[in-house]
Amino acid sequence: MLQLDQVRITLGDFTLSANFTLQSGEKLALIGPSGAGKSTLLAAIAGFQPLTSGRILWRDQPLHSQPPAARPVSILFQDNNLFGHLTLAQNLGLGLRPTLRHSAAEQQQIDAALKRVGLAGMGARRPADLSGGQQSRAALARVLLQRRPVLLLDEPFAALGPALRADMLDLVAELTTEAAITLIMVTHAPEDARRLCPLCTLVAEGQAQPPVGTGALIDTPPAALRAYLGSPPAP
Amino acid sequence: MPTVRSLPEWPGWVAGLFLAVFLTLPMAAVLWHAGGGSAPQPADWAALRFTVLQALISAGVSVALAIPVARALSRRQFRGRALLLGLMGAPFILPVIVAILGLIAVFGRAGWLNQILATLSLPQLQIYGLHGVVLAHVFFNLPLATRMILQGWQAVPAERFRLAASLGMGRSMVFRIIEWPMLRGVAPGAFAVIFAICLSSFAVALVLGGGPRATTLELAIYQAFRFDFDLGRAAMLAGIQLALVALATALALRFGGVVHGLAGGQGRPPLRPEAAQPLLRLWDGALIGLVAAFLLAPLIAVVLRGAPALLALPWPVWKAALVSLSVALAATGLCMGLACALAITALRRTGLELLAIGGLALSPLVVGTGVFLLVNPWANPTALALPVTVVVNAVMALPFALRLILPRLRQIEASQGRLADSLGLQGVARLRWLLWPQLKPALGFAAGLAAALSMGDLGVIALFSDPQHATLPLQVLRLIGAYRTEAAAGAGLLLLMCSFGLFWLFDRGGRHAAA
Amino acid sequence: MKHLALATGLFAASTAMAADRPILTVYTYDSFVSDWGPGPAVEAAFEQTCGCDLQFVGAGDGAALLARLRLEAGRSPADVVLGLDTNLMAAATETGLFAPHGLQPDLSLPIAWDDAVFLPFDWGYFAFVKNADLPAPSNFRDLAESDLKIIIQDPRSSTPGLGLVMWVKAAYGDQAGEIWQALADNIVSVTPGWSEAYGLFLEGEADMVLSYTTSPAYHLIAESDASKAAAAFDEGHYMQVEVAAKLAGSDQPELADQFMRFMLTDAFQSIIPTTNWMYPAKTPSTGLPAGFETLITPAKSLLLSPQQAGALRDAAISEWRNALAR
Repeated sequence: MLQLDQVRITLGDFTLSANFTLQSGEKLALIGPSGAGKSTLLAAIAGFQPLTSGRILWRDQPLHSQPPAARPVSILFQDNNLFGHLTLAQNLGLGLRPTLRHSAAEQQQIDAALKRVGLAGMGARRPADLSGGQQSRAALARVLLQRRPVLLLDEPFAALGPALRADMLDLVAELTTEAAITLIMVTHAPEDARRLCPLCTLVAEGQAQPPVGTGALIDTPPAALRAYLGSPPAP
Repeated sequence: MPTVRSLPEWPGWVAGLFLAVFLTLPMAAVLWHAGGGSAPQPADWAALRFTVLQALISAGVSVALAIPVARALSRRQFRGRALLLGLMGAPFILPVIVAILGLIAVFGRAGWLNQILATLSLPQLQIYGLHGVVLAHVFFNLPLATRMILQGWQAVPAERFRLAASLGMGRSMVFRIIEWPMLRGVAPGAFAVIFAICLSSFAVALVLGGGPRATTLELAIYQAFRFDFDLGRAAMLAGIQLALVALATALALRFGGVVHGLAGGQGRPPLRPEAAQPLLRLWDGALIGLVAAFLLAPLIAVVLRGAPALLALPWPVWKAALVSLSVALAATGLCMGLACALAITALRRTGLELLAIGGLALSPLVVGTGVFLLVNPWANPTALALPVTVVVNAVMALPFALRLILPRLRQIEASQGRLADSLGLQGVARLRWLLWPQLKPALGFAAGLAAALSMGDLGVIALFSDPQHATLPLQVLRLIGAYRTEAAAGAGLLLLMCSFGLFWLFDRGGRHAAA
Repeated sequence: MKHLALATGLFAASTAMAADRPILTVYTYDSFVSDWGPGPAVEAAFEQTCGCDLQFVGAGDGAALLARLRLEAGRSPADVVLGLDTNLMAAATETGLFAPHGLQPDLSLPIAWDDAVFLPFDWGYFAFVKNADLPAPSNFRDLAESDLKIIIQDPRSSTPGLGLVMWVKAAYGDQAGEIWQALADNIVSVTPGWSEAYGLFLEGEADMVLSYTTSPAYHLIAESDASKAAAAFDEGHYMQVEVAAKLAGSDQPELADQFMRFMLTDAFQSIIPTTNWMYPAKTPSTGLPAGFETLITPAKSLLLSPQQAGALRDAAISEWRNALAR
């Protein structure tokens, strides 16, 4: 259970507050206008953004003062999820242990993870030799190896085409469901939220609203979301 | 890299040709006058060995120290960080004799440091010797190396450090995975530039080297001229110096990656969770404090010594300041024109960048003599004193200006060049709407540096003096020569203020206009 | 890189063109024409009587002057060169660029002078300058045995530096190398020029600095500061004699002759002591300025002839270099 308890972040004249709870294994989409603070909220959960006040709890244990690596959280960014000068196997291995030497057993785990995301046998390649979709898959494979109960996605598939993006969302759905991973995903696309996340939160006007059902939110959007989505609801 | 020739390349070729001619023709004129080159003497080879040795050690120590300092600066945010980064540029633009006296006031036999050591009953520090030469060169060049390497750190995307933190990498892994590959790209370029600067060192090496062991190539050139009137040998030695710089730069470009610019360093550093330990924070703080003290103490000495005499300076000193300001502004204009033309063409022809580095290897003596020989049959060289000074200063500041402008230009063209192509932004429109607004901060910084270097003379203004139009650095020398040490200290401070003022105005202008 | 005095001269400018008065062009070293040197006063004094326009062209130092004349090779606009010294006379004579002065002046030098081409305008003794209260050694051997720290100049780039090498050579001959080896541990720094050395000395970097016996006069007269003195050495002090000569290719030979005569009049000579801080070549009728009587007077004056100096120079510098490079 991930709990954001009266969380408040202040950066100059920008503020963001959030107060909600997410059960283990639930999948939540963060949706809202640019600059509303979606990525900031993820950064706070991952440990890159100190809180001004409030607490973040995981299974009733406070997280917010722990360093990023000690949190039960893995994260994928829009870019720069792989180190360009390392091979895929090395990049994945970093998810097991932050070193470049791995035992035979670990090598097997790495190979298995690659296979699971459809990159079997590509461990010796470097990110530059892969397509965008393959790079996303490799990054997901590392998330698998990290075995963290919470996964944060900061629009990592935004640059992929619709079909490829749908594939990736399905792969994320499979993987998170298999391992009962709690997911929070930032997205700009309502259809992505609908495809992957039963729950949805609107982040706007300095506030992250409590999660509600994704379908209901998008079908009957409140004013702030309507302004963002831009299409008037059917009468 | 642009795929379409959206900007004309001919200005770059003209600038390159001008540069090539300026670097080689005076030397050729000297050789021709001498009726050919003559072989260096055994003592010249000893000078060459010492020159290379001290330049290697100076560049090595500067870069080795700059790495931890740049790292500390890259991961700490504190009040006055921007100011410190600004002030750190000061030693680099300080006239040599003023800097030496400042260094001596701090590190000399009767300097502050030894006074402190004496009150603590600790052994005294001896500044004269090879280590003194290295100390002085590190004082001049550490800020430059730090700026260049800090730039490398800031070019690393923040996500990399976040990812590393999220994966639980410790400091050593962050170094191996993120920082080392970056350093391999940046450090060789910094090393090459500082090596080149130290190669042409003359007064610093001799004064602090403590004796004829510390004879550099530049002194050997001097001797060949002065005693033996052996122009052929002088030109040969100048040629060797130029070849060494070219070699060092070629090696750096070959083994290093992209050489980053000097700009930046003002932005907010990304949060670095792996460095959040109190002990490490203390270490970084101590390191930054020590380096700041090392770089600023001699400057403070210059200010303290000069302040009492500043307002009482005689009229010829103020007049010289005006001459120097005009020379600096003209040299800045020429330097920026050359740098922009070269940068645009160097987007596709990287060799041009190599050519500009040659400015670091100019022997003022040989260039001066060569230009004299070239001009004398046609015109009164005396009348051309100031124009020649302007050109020499512009060429000597060019490597730095180009290094600031070119990487930024590459970045803009790489990220938006195609967009601009597709919109048909060519020629003037491209300059006006794409490049100018985004290049302004880099241009301002480069112009500021060129102006300050030219003001502080880079070692050539003294060559082209004339009684009616003496420059400020020359007046400083003359005042010392006339026993007027206090007035000289005041004039030195005035020089420092002018250099800083010019730098500040241009740099601020560039950033202000961009905002 | 600073103080490349040699090339300074190459581009030194002359004053603006005068209307119809004939122009006399005098090449001299930079500090002579500086605002704090003798140049401005000398120019004013000469122009009062000559009906001409005296234009000084500053050119680094003595060696730079000679180099510039050689580069111009007979096509020089110079009529007179002022500021060579005895060390440069042999090389200067070889160029054949100069004409005899034709004068038989009555000079106040401590030595005889009978050169037909080069005419002295001032002179001085090299000496180590120290704080007045420092017990000074009385010769080079004492200095070498003491713990005193000294700053000297490089003979390859500086006139006093070369003067010192010649001083030791003149005083010790074949033993000069030994003296230099013994002095090595007293030498703190070897600077490219006089300015750096004197600046370091005033900063307290050394007990003594190589300069002139007349240096304390500046502090005494201009600053009312009696704290500096020169150390008197009993093996004698080497002299620097600064000379002028007329160019054979001058287009104003009469004016040049007039200037050479003017140079030894009181009007010129009385300017020298408190601007160039040297002894005038011919003491003016009013005598030396008050304060000069406090200066030390060496018991013995050393000076190698231009031919000797020219012949010994390279070997003496190698000796110096080898001894100090150990």
